[in-house]
Amino acid sequence: MSGLIDPAVAERVLARALAHGGRFAEVFAERRRGLTMSIDESRIESVQSGAEEGAGVRVVEGNTTYFAHVDGLDPDDLERAAGEAASALRGERREPRALAAAEPGTPHPIARRPEEVESARKAGLLRELDERGRAEGAEIVQFTASYAEARREVAVANSDGLLSEDDRTRTRIGAQAVARRGDSVETGAETLGAHRGFELLEDDPAEIAAQAARKALTLLDARPAPSGSMPVVVGGGFGGVLFHEMTGHGLEADHVQKGASVYAGKLGEQVAQPLLNAFDDGRMRGEWGSDAIDDEGTPTQKTQVIEEGRLTSYLYDHLSAERDAVASTGNGRRESFRHLPLPRMTNTYIAPGEATPQELIAEVKRGFYAVSFAGGQVDPATGDFVFGVSEGYLIEDGKVGSPCRGATLIGNCLDALAAIDAVADDFFMKTGICGKGGQRVPVGTGQGHVRVGSMTVGGTEL
Amino acid sequence: MSGLSETAGRALQAALAAGAEAAEAYAARESGREVRVHGGEVESLTAATQAGVGVRAWIGHRVGYAYGTDLGADGVAAIAARAAEAARVADEDEFAAPPQPAAAEPLAGLSDRSVTTSPAERVVALALEVERSALGADPRVAAVEQAVYADAAEAVAIASSAGVAGEYESSSCFAYVQALAEGEDGRETGLGFGLARGPDGLDPSAIGAEGGQRAVAMIGAAKPASRSCPVVLDPTVAASFAGLIGGGLGAGAVQRGRSPFAGRLGERLASEAFALHDDGREPAGAASSPFDAEGVPRRRTALIEGGELRAYLYDTYTGNRDGAPSTGNAARGGYRSLPSVAASNLIVAPGRLSAAELFAQAGEGVFVTDVAGLHSGVNPVTGVFSVGASGLAIRGGELAEPVREFTIAGELVPMLGSVLAAGSEARWVPFGGSVCTPPLLIGEMSISGS
Repeated sequence: MSGLIDPAVAERVLARALAHGGRFAEVFAERRRGLTMSIDESRIESVQSGAEEGAGVRVVEGNTTYFAHVDGLDPDDLERAAGEAASALRGERREPRALAAAEPGTPHPIARRPEEVESARKAGLLRELDERGRAEGAEIVQFTASYAEARREVAVANSDGLLSEDDRTRTRIGAQAVARRGDSVETGAETLGAHRGFELLEDDPAEIAAQAARKALTLLDARPAPSGSMPVVVGGGFGGVLFHEMTGHGLEADHVQKGASVYAGKLGEQVAQPLLNAFDDGRMRGEWGSDAIDDEGTPTQKTQVIEEGRLTSYLYDHLSAERDAVASTGNGRRESFRHLPLPRMTNTYIAPGEATPQELIAEVKRGFYAVSFAGGQVDPATGDFVFGVSEGYLIEDGKVGSPCRGATLIGNCLDALAAIDAVADDFFMKTGICGKGGQRVPVGTGQGHVRVGSMTVGGTEL
Repeated sequence: MSGLSETAGRALQAALAAGAEAAEAYAARESGREVRVHGGEVESLTAATQAGVGVRAWIGHRVGYAYGTDLGADGVAAIAARAAEAARVADEDEFAAPPQPAAAEPLAGLSDRSVTTSPAERVVALALEVERSALGADPRVAAVEQAVYADAAEAVAIASSAGVAGEYESSSCFAYVQALAEGEDGRETGLGFGLARGPDGLDPSAIGAEGGQRAVAMIGAAKPASRSCPVVLDPTVAASFAGLIGGGLGAGAVQRGRSPFAGRLGERLASEAFALHDDGREPAGAASSPFDAEGVPRRRTALIEGGELRAYLYDTYTGNRDGAPSTGNAARGGYRSLPSVAASNLIVAPGRLSAAELFAQAGEGVFVTDVAGLHSGVNPVTGVFSVGASGLAIRGGELAEPVREFTIAGELVPMLGSVLAAGSEARWVPFGGSVCTPPLLIGEMSISGS
């Protein structure tokens, strides 16, 4: 137990929050500690250490949420926040239920607490990455790497009597290389992260530096990407960001309930070919997007969202679940105590298929191979999406051909999802940071190689 | 001296006591609120207060940073100690040194009392009016995804062992709406927004109408044919590109060879039609303040004029590296972040042509009203970009059918050379930082559609 908030204080805060009515009240308390540093020009810099604590109190009445947040966990501050949240309500006092500790979710074990590792060791790790990245070749003209550790202790109490806590530690490193040959300049990036401690970095973490450098070097030989509609084979791991963007966001229940999702009203319908199975799983052990409970105290769970091509579930937080008279799927997440929870993905992935990546490519006469993405964006209401390809190749006569630079994939979610015609067995997960409503949360994306029968590639080739 | 300056002073002394040879403390307090409405009802009403301090500590030429929310005596001492400890982890950098003090002229007009004096009922009514206006803009507006009003009042104080000392207050607010229009083949979205120092400065019906009209304009959009053609960038889109240019003109990116503008000072790389400056004292600009994030006075810096690249943007550190003075362009995302060089308010000079005249000059082309994927579709080192876009076709010099699901591609620097004209009507846009820009006519861009 982190002892972030005394249950007696929580009960007083909840009572104060319901002083003028409201059918639901909640207090979310949090303590955040973090350390980040980076290496640039072979120098350790930007060493930053943060420590914050605070709480957010919300009261729900009708379709309205009243929310107030404060820095600090002083009981007086919490009560003041509760009073502020309740100040716009004009109803009769309601009594919250007595708090009872909830069944704890499955914690993610941390073998080696990052804050107990000497800072010099972390700086040393970055130097190791720097050397490995630069050793890939003289054409690597710049190299940067970053280290980040963050611990979030959270406690949630609500007027339904729930009292729950979680203690989350995430560790992540990133590497970025710039390669130059004449006027041609290319970049490559790679990351490694998990809901784990420093043990994540015990097994050759500097390999990501070499990978980032090799990506940049490969692109030096790249030609401008082609333009037009063609079959696209998407790489494993971070390739899953395609599914995250084009389907995952549209399954978040807040979008669905506002009619601002192309998947609204499609539950039970065939939205993909029968070979497709997909999940959101906040319990994957040690995974970047995992937590024991979500930020409303609901234990995280594994939710099948697509079963043999049929849409089987949306992703819910407490309020959107209440609206659809279903149970929360444990997807109520928030960036911090300064934010309201929203339905958010955790680790979202396309389950492995039976083909091999080689088979997916061999069947394509002329197409595009998108190994990895720089990122993507979708408008859930229209379904229009766009992805920047960070590493891509032409496919010619079933073989991987020249690397291409500057490619963008563009399309519409429903069409592209229905066009997935093969899924390979080489499944793995990668880390991402997902933005929605101004809030950034860690998410996992994953898949084996996936082939989309036809998609628009927007290149710079004239 | 306000409580905030007192906090900064205490943090500074604590850092020196913890072994720092020089130190700077930046304290900030903010209160704000946000209203989200949907379907004529308040979806959420948020009241927020926050306060914290960030401490930069130097030991020799090593620098470290720490921040926190605990402003009690022990809390501040712990933050300061962590800053000194962070400095010991960093490597020597001969250019890392504390900024020197300089007097900053006060800057009027940063605060609008209506931020703090308008009751919640009034700003709720404002947000509802935004939504209503979007729905009323056209019968084909089917719904509003969300209408939002948010404001903040902030106070900042800075103090350093080199003698930097200052404080100021500012306020800001914005409202936006995402409208949904129902077409025969699906829904279209349209964004309307406005920015001001306080709610009295916002026009809710104009914001709503813009969102509704933008959504309706996209009904029936199809993919345009792939080709190379003239393109007119709407101010919201031009602002995103201006933000990318401003990023590339920061001396940090230039010095580390990560900018397409590196080594090109004095070069004629833009057309005469494109002029850009940075102005941290423009009262209408959201990024304005009397001094920057490390206490250096804000000022105006001409970046591109007469087609020529005139200057880069500097903070103290990057200035030290080039033997140049800071241009007052240190920025930080509040007390939680180290200062680093960035544009303040970027201002693209307006030209003489109305929007209609820009379309007439384009002849056959595309008017781009929205771009997506800027964070993933642009290589900031080379300036090569390929981003998703939507807008309206231009035929015979006039706006024609809507187009979507295409990409526009090119390179940032050559694009500046092919700006044929800037429109006469500029507006402030919160994309790409704080940018004021008119629409721009680009002679030729590569479009990838069907």
